[in-house]
Amino acid sequence: MSFINYSSREINCKLVYYGPGLCGKTTNLQYIYNKTREDAKGKMISLATETERTLFFDFLPLSLGEIRGFRTRFHLYTVPGQVFYDASRKLILKGVDGVCFVADSQLERMEANIESLENLRENLTEQGYELDKLPYCVQYNKRDLPSAVPVEELSELLNPTKVPEYEAIATTGQGVFDTLKALAKQVLQELRKGS
Amino acid sequence: MLTPQLVMYEEEVRQIQNVADRLQQDSRSQAILVVDKNGQLIAASGSASELDTTSLSSLVAGNVAATGGIAQLIEEEEFTGQFHEGKGKSVHMTIVGRKMILAVLFDKSTTQGLVKLRVKKASVELESILLEVDKKAASSKNDVFSEITDADIDNLFND
Repeated sequence: MSFINYSSREINCKLVYYGPGLCGKTTNLQYIYNKTREDAKGKMISLATETERTLFFDFLPLSLGEIRGFRTRFHLYTVPGQVFYDASRKLILKGVDGVCFVADSQLERMEANIESLENLRENLTEQGYELDKLPYCVQYNKRDLPSAVPVEELSELLNPTKVPEYEAIATTGQGVFDTLKALAKQVLQELRKGS
Repeated sequence: MLTPQLVMYEEEVRQIQNVADRLQQDSRSQAILVVDKNGQLIAASGSASELDTTSLSSLVAGNVAATGGIAQLIEEEEFTGQFHEGKGKSVHMTIVGRKMILAVLFDKSTTQGLVKLRVKKASVELESILLEVDKKAASSKNDVFSEITDADIDNLFND
């Protein structure tokens, strides 16, 4: 749910990175955090377990600049990917303005990708959203790994509605900002439509 | 548009700010945050300028959401109030009008009883302001955004 504050002249939007465990959601946020200049970012918060697995969420506030005199701020969240944290994932989807599904390109993670994508659809429906009507993009991460499935196959399996899709290697940052920009743009375009 | 927006105009933000300022003084607390349930900060008072209010807002909302999840699982409608007691500092959180969270940060210079008492009064005031916000949102359109062009959006990403 975007928050428009006429008093402080700010637009705030919430983006959520979704995907199976260990697909690289947190790594996406870490890269964005590391490459964003100080005055455009807030503190990155990770509520993680001792083994650095996301327990509740990661949070990164970004400020993108002004649009028609309004400062645009994006709050980036990740969900915990592990299957048993479903209750937490549902909570984080509340008030979402745009979703990025991060898929793990490795062949052995294909089942996990499909399961997570189905879970995303279900959880959105439960919150009263429809994935097909939300600003949404797909990122195929870990393109550098030897068992990476060709993008065409991934696209057929995980992106039947042909939303914008990006190849990425989140550890080196390849594709990370392309994905973020594409999603942020979609959210702003949706905001315009809604006004 | 599918997603409902939260739109706040200057008048209501000023009123909420006034309630927060008064609550901070009356309860002798350190800082007040008024946060929407999705973690967006609406107003802050007291020593809030020394705090990372963006992070705090997100965590307060996450905390309230998690507790709300617990409530649902045990078939309780909502836990309206929460209290976290620390050695020196404590936090009191209350849900107001089902969509806002009023968070009070306080230390030993006041008591939980006084904070609770003042929060009750402030909650009533905030609720009536929130009703106004809803009414206004239902009747007005955000003309600013209909004027946004593709070029405006592209310009944001040029650096």
